[in-house]
Amino acid sequence: MLRASQSTLRPLSLRRRLANHGATFFALATSILVLVPLIAIFVYLVIKGVGAINWDFLTKTPKPVGEAGGGMANAIVGSGIILLISSLIGIPLGIGSGIYLAEYGRNRFGDLVRFTADVLNGVPSIVIGIAAYSLVVVPQRHFSALSGGVALGIMMIPTVARATEEMLLMVPNAVREAAFGLGISKWRTTLSITLRTASAGVITGCMLAFARVAGETAPLLFTAFGNQFWNLNPNQPTAALPLQIFVYAISPFEEWHRQAWAGALILILMIVGSVAAVRITTSRGRLKGAA
Amino acid sequence: MGVGIEVRGLNAWYGKNLSLKSIDMTMPANHVTAVIGPSGCGKSTFVRCLNRMHETIPEARAEGTVRVGEMDVYGSGADPVEVRRRIGMVFQKPNPFPTMSIYGNVAAGLKLNGFRNRRQMDQLVERSLRLAALWDEVKDHLHKKSGASLSGGQQQRLCIARALAVEPEVLLMDEPASALDPISTSKIEELIFQLKQHYTVVIVTHNMQQAARVAELTGFFLMGSLIEFDKTEKIFTAPADKRTEDYVTGRFG
Repeated sequence: MLRASQSTLRPLSLRRRLANHGATFFALATSILVLVPLIAIFVYLVIKGVGAINWDFLTKTPKPVGEAGGGMANAIVGSGIILLISSLIGIPLGIGSGIYLAEYGRNRFGDLVRFTADVLNGVPSIVIGIAAYSLVVVPQRHFSALSGGVALGIMMIPTVARATEEMLLMVPNAVREAAFGLGISKWRTTLSITLRTASAGVITGCMLAFARVAGETAPLLFTAFGNQFWNLNPNQPTAALPLQIFVYAISPFEEWHRQAWAGALILILMIVGSVAAVRITTSRGRLKGAA
Repeated sequence: MGVGIEVRGLNAWYGKNLSLKSIDMTMPANHVTAVIGPSGCGKSTFVRCLNRMHETIPEARAEGTVRVGEMDVYGSGADPVEVRRRIGMVFQKPNPFPTMSIYGNVAAGLKLNGFRNRRQMDQLVERSLRLAALWDEVKDHLHKKSGASLSGGQQQRLCIARALAVEPEVLLMDEPASALDPISTSKIEELIFQLKQHYTVVIVTHNMQQAARVAELTGFFLMGSLIEFDKTEKIFTAPADKRTEDYVTGRFG
């Protein structure tokens, strides 16, 4: 007995200590490596873009070719409108189908929906743009923020649906049973107990989907189309930041290049800002020790 | 006030597997009835059939007559949701709603059943927490702390309070103390003793001493059948059936 306990107290061999340090170093090195491109992009954007950001850039519409000044105010607001429409489409539909998949979808039809969602997730965004073009633009005979929102909304659905499903499945069955045992009906349990328990993860899924489509350019090319002027009517062609960045970046003008960098910086700040805002509002009122 | 429970010819299946075989049992009002037996004997299935929780498991079903007071639990017009509201249940592992406050947990059954009167709700929450002997420990942070932040024993008493808040007529407890330490266990047992003034209690337990301590009547289950059902004292001191005797004397199980 004594002998056994003595042997376990012997200091670790050099080989094991080296292996331990090696593994820790490897984990640290890879996580730093992951951060490098992210930080590099952001720093580069700030360096290139911050010089062109001024009051005019944030409040004025683009100037005609050859004229200096002007801004992207219409594109910033346009992106906001399009993303609002896409969120109104993508989040409810995504959460709804996620609920179906998790709570009722243990069957053939559920498998079909799951498979379709995964395929949709892999469809190139420009193809979804074409779908929105033929579904909304062609019948209406004009480009619009609405069609852009539909395209981006369709792109959000599979991400939100699968995230919601995963998060709901992580809620222990004991929580559902507790609710059933209180005489709470299944739909009420799902909405007020299960979904609520999973809400933090579901919100993260929605934010991921939002951030992903916020930078999409291709599906907007022939849906929202872009616009050089102010437009707040969702039924009209509308400017969007990614589109404006694209147009300016491929232009031959030095001034527009600078504005494209500035637009990219604003776009990233918009995404980070809205994700942070949602996080802060939803984490407020969380309780001590809440799981 | 509690009401009596009458079970006649109750059969329960998991898929094709018959796991309860024509159970007949009468549990008087305002008494504690213990259900004992070895693992897999059907005792949990039995109590889960009393409030139609059994059928929430895929492929599970039950047949027979269960009367709780005037209510015909498996009658053609019976709504399982309504049945469960009137028959409270406490589970083996404490299962508070993790994102809700202590108050929110106790009030959940009321709120989600459409109860709106705020003042009455406050009173019901306090009454339930007092009945569950938890009020003094949590009254200062009802709204601030999550139900999940309590200790295991407190969580189980919170779950009891939650079940009591919807004012059931019967309380089913499926091994309510098996995940708890001895001190919490004795608190729950004391509580069960108090609760029978207001409710009819059916408790499943692995622990024979516990059955002997809290229950007036005890039923012994073996392989899906009710072997013997009698006064607790009789079951433990002079059982009529050889198998009951073997079990309570620790010869198997």
